[in-house]
Amino acid sequence: MFTDFFYTLRKRKVPVSITEWMTLMEALSQGCISNLDEFYHLARAILVKSETYYDQYDVAFGEYFKGIETPAEITEQVLEWLKDPTNRMVLTAEERALFESMDFDELLRELEKRLKEQTEQHDGGGYWIGRGGTSPFGHSGYHPAGIRIGGESGGRHAIQIARERRFRDYRSDLTLDVRQIKVGLRGLRQLSRIGPEDELDLDRTIDATSRNAGEIELVWTRSRKNAAKVLLLMDVGGSMEPFARLCSRLFSAAHSSTHFKDFQYFYFHNCIYDSLYQDALLYQAVSTNHLLRILEPDYKVILVGDARMATSELTEKYGAIDFYERNEIPGIVWLKRIAQHFTHGVWLNPEELYYWNHPTVLMIAKLFPMFPLTIDGLGQAVKRLTVNK
Amino acid sequence: MVKSAVFDQFGGSPDYVTSEPLRNAVNVAIALKRPLLIRGEPGTGKTLLAHSIAHGLGKKIIVWNIKSTTKAQEGLYVYDTVQRLNDSRFGDKDISDIKQYIKLGKLGQAFASPEQVVLLIDEIDKADLEFPNDLLNELDEMSFYIPETEETISAVHRPIVVITSNAEKELPDAFLRRCIFHYIEFPDPELMEEIVRVHYPDIENNLLREALKTFYALRQIDDFRKKPSTSELIDWIQALIVGGVSIDRIFTEIPFTGTLLKKETDYDFFMNRKHPGKRIGAYKMP
Repeated sequence: MFTDFFYTLRKRKVPVSITEWMTLMEALSQGCISNLDEFYHLARAILVKSETYYDQYDVAFGEYFKGIETPAEITEQVLEWLKDPTNRMVLTAEERALFESMDFDELLRELEKRLKEQTEQHDGGGYWIGRGGTSPFGHSGYHPAGIRIGGESGGRHAIQIARERRFRDYRSDLTLDVRQIKVGLRGLRQLSRIGPEDELDLDRTIDATSRNAGEIELVWTRSRKNAAKVLLLMDVGGSMEPFARLCSRLFSAAHSSTHFKDFQYFYFHNCIYDSLYQDALLYQAVSTNHLLRILEPDYKVILVGDARMATSELTEKYGAIDFYERNEIPGIVWLKRIAQHFTHGVWLNPEELYYWNHPTVLMIAKLFPMFPLTIDGLGQAVKRLTVNK
Repeated sequence: MVKSAVFDQFGGSPDYVTSEPLRNAVNVAIALKRPLLIRGEPGTGKTLLAHSIAHGLGKKIIVWNIKSTTKAQEGLYVYDTVQRLNDSRFGDKDISDIKQYIKLGKLGQAFASPEQVVLLIDEIDKADLEFPNDLLNELDEMSFYIPETEETISAVHRPIVVITSNAEKELPDAFLRRCIFHYIEFPDPELMEEIVRVHYPDIENNLLREALKTFYALRQIDDFRKKPSTSELIDWIQALIVGGVSIDRIFTEIPFTGTLLKKETDYDFFMNRKHPGKRIGAYKMP
């Protein structure tokens, strides 16, 4: 039954396993549902285990159950829309005629197309999906044959719900907020016994008590704590401006993650040379050499930047974009020194993957394993930072 | 297809408003005897759900609050070795009877209960990453073995298990596979109105409308670290009622902002505008 739906889900990268599929079959055989709407919620509750996959689930559901939509339902949906008094108010006789001009399937195809193109909320105007305006998609609008998205609910069908794709913002390959970054960074840990002795060591207590002729002798031990130390180096200004917000989220997540033993952060512009900076305005300089001396090699280094610059900025003496740097040593050498000094380092790149095919990006990626600044990328980077090379 | 009677058990309780998908998820979990994993923004009533299920079905609730130091073993039973060791010195108790040093944890209590209970495992993601995995078998088979007494505790009636998570940590796949999952979405204005009315049945329509309008407009502002949620709204409305604020001041001035915005940075960000109302007026209502 519906086995193809299982594969449609897997094709859409929803991690569904046989166990869950069998659970769904069990639920169906118990007669848990009576219509497609309930099936939509039932299958989602059983098969999908994170809101980050709700969107992919919606896509797969829409794809698989496309044919189930009967023409009767479609008319019902449109009629219902027309029933809304606010809509009837604006419909004139000519507009009613216009209503005939676009059939629902065509409308849905168009809607899908626009959903793909559109990335943000929109109000007014005549094309994008949003509120008001004369586009056929959205709500409180004036298009006679429009499809309402959001707005007043009631009697919507599963397919329509799926098509709404309300969970788009939760996709893990798209967005990152502070909390999600924190979750990502939690993986960065290295447990070792440090801190006060506050855990009862039972074996040694029994041993000591026996030696003490039965007089109780409690032996305490240190509990295991995270010993991971993190060094965050961030590119600021210039081509990084568009990503400023994303980077500030990463920073605040790392900074407020209390579970690191130590957290150090410095800024640079485009590439690292003789100095790093303690502030994003690049006023308070610290010599890079000094840092390499005082920071032990076991700091996990996270570099954040687009790694895109003129090749000369990376490879040449005096190549720095800021004239006052006057770097005697090319940036690539500094990066190499950092890569060699620390045992674990990664580079997070906020740019889209297809921009990575750039000479300096490729050169830097040879020194530091490079990951995209997304939830998935951060996860992989953290994994890379915790394995022993 | 007609729904079986076993399935439609939970229909919400008078003091807790649920959406239909959530009710379905609860009923599926009960019918299939699987743990129900609930996630959602803070303040969307994840914890209250378990209480509502218990209330709605007339069952007892056992709450296991998870902390960062909680270990899976504690939920099953604790063997008080130090007490036994201590007692062994005086000889006034029969220390060969290990049973009296075994104390059942919350999970153990839920299993041993003579009637079916609702077991709430609250904020499971607070604990160590391996914590959920350590409970896999126990939750699957609803039984565990105590080697010290050679006893097996198995559930008389499988408890209805509700697990909440704030998504602070990724939960292990093997654990997730066994759960029914539901993500509580942030309520839309209509549902929110219903929720507020549950708390304040006599609230004035105008006041409620203005409060909701302001609240959802505030939530539109993306620059907040923590957006105000349901519980903050409830508190704020209480403040508005008690404070006797006139209705036309609610949207333009937003009195008692401190009840809505809890983070200092958010509060500063918001208060540093000359006309707070004008600022949020720029954002359209959903």
